[in-house]
Amino acid sequence: MGSGLRTDRLISLLSPMVFLLLWEISGRAGFINPQFFPMPSSIFDRFVVLVANGELLKHVSVSLQRLFWGFVVGALPAIVFGIAMGLSTIVRAMMAPLVAATYPLPKSAILPLILLIFGYGEASKIVMVAMGVFYPILINTASGVRQIPSIYLDVGTNFNASRTMVFFSIALPGALPSILAGVQLGVGMGLILITIAEMIGANSGIGFMIWRAWQTLSVETMYVGLLTIAVLGYVLTTALVEMERWLIPGRRPA
Amino acid sequence: MNIADGSFFVIVGPSGCGKTTLLRILAGLDQPTEGSVDIDRKSPAKPINSMVFQGESIFPWMTVWDNAAFGLKARRVANAEITDTVKYFLDRTGLTPFADAFPHQLSGGMKQRVSIARAFANDPEILLMDEPFSALDEQNKTILQQELLRIWDETRKTVLFITHSVDEAITLGDQIMIMTAAPGRLKSLLTVPFERPRNVIEMRANPEYGTMVREIWQYLAEEVSQSNAVAPRKQDISNG
Ligand SMILES: Nc1ncnc2c1ncn2[C@@H]1O[C@H](COP(=O)(O)OP(=O)(O)O)[C@@H](O)[C@H]1O
Ligand SMILES: [Mg+2]
Repeated sequence: MGSGLRTDRLISLLSPMVFLLLWEISGRAGFINPQFFPMPSSIFDRFVVLVANGELLKHVSVSLQRLFWGFVVGALPAIVFGIAMGLSTIVRAMMAPLVAATYPLPKSAILPLILLIFGYGEASKIVMVAMGVFYPILINTASGVRQIPSIYLDVGTNFNASRTMVFFSIALPGALPSILAGVQLGVGMGLILITIAEMIGANSGIGFMIWRAWQTLSVETMYVGLLTIAVLGYVLTTALVEMERWLIPGRRPA
Repeated sequence: MNIADGSFFVIVGPSGCGKTTLLRILAGLDQPTEGSVDIDRKSPAKPINSMVFQGESIFPWMTVWDNAAFGLKARRVANAEITDTVKYFLDRTGLTPFADAFPHQLSGGMKQRVSIARAFANDPEILLMDEPFSALDEQNKTILQQELLRIWDETRKTVLFITHSVDEAITLGDQIMIMTAAPGRLKSLLTVPFERPRNVIEMRANPEYGTMVREIWQYLAEEVSQSNAVAPRKQDISNG
């Protein structure tokens, strides 16, 4: 059983390497056009350059800050409204049509309007991330609260728990697994939107770096940017999974 | 029907006759279609009732301690008093070593102890217990019945205990009311003659115990044959 697991791990480690190796060989042999698919070795060379001159780090840190503030601005109201929607049929009746109507709007289509309202500064980027994060967390939180077995809410009523106590001691922890699933979707959405927003409406950030690389035809830099986003997505998701273990002690294996 | 202050009142009836419904109405969780409920309050500071629910009702995301303290925290009791009270009832229910454990680490019997500790700690005018032991195996059931009697002897809270088990009703109650098959009606109030403190196991050897079991079964059988004569009804044997 243990060896089976180790084989699995080995395969998942080796498969990307084999892929990169094939890519490199095909490039060197001239099977693929390096103008579109530069060889991994030259992408790596560019990566080293961008790290050394500090450019990559600068763009990454700007994007991460926007992501962070966008998350704060989007996630907190999403959790509050989501719990209110889950607990109260009146709030649900009030908000459900609004959510249903605005959720399917492509957030990227709102970008021009956002730039018009919030300008080219940080605010527009933060609002874009916040919008992307808001919906998945809101929807997941509301459904998470509704899935809490009604007996727990009965206990709250029977013991005369205040609204605040029902919110923090029953609804929030009871819906936490769903909320975190929403946060995870929100991270993906936030990364997509911050990239789009930076391509069009910014002069810094990882999206901007990719866009400028396209304008200057430095294909390797584009690939470095794409890989950076992929790694960011992976790291953030992994961090969330770890966080989940700590936030949900009741379900932590003994 | 009237329940005297400080007594252990048991309602026994077949599954599905509306015992949970009755208790939920008393607890204010459901509204009655007719009739009314009055509970005399000795002190307005105390909560009126606390319920021990039939199913698993302790919060899986709280430790045993926080679960037991839930009612007191809801009432905004001073921290020092919460600590003392919770400590006392965790001790009385044998939960002290598990104070920091989470419910998923506990057996079914332990979880019901937490639920009982939570209700007692809240110090209500009346404790409502809805078949708290029905999901437990025979041994655990006996042990918890004995524990409940011991805690009750110490606190003498008014208890309204609901069960489908004739044995459990006699073992625990001062008075037993029989509830008929659905739709449930209350009939025949019986007084249990056994002295307290009781020993759950020894009292079963008492010939009076057997007489009482037979008496209650007779009432129930009468009821069943009557309702069968009126209209054949499918009995729900599972837990309602
Ligand atoms: N007085 C009543 N009249 C009509 N239906 C009732 C009445 N009491 C209970 N019921 C219904 O019978 C079903 C079983 O009731 P429940 O209280 O769960 O039974 P128990 O706890 O005795 O097993 C429920 O669906 C409930 O709504
Ligand atoms: Mg029931």
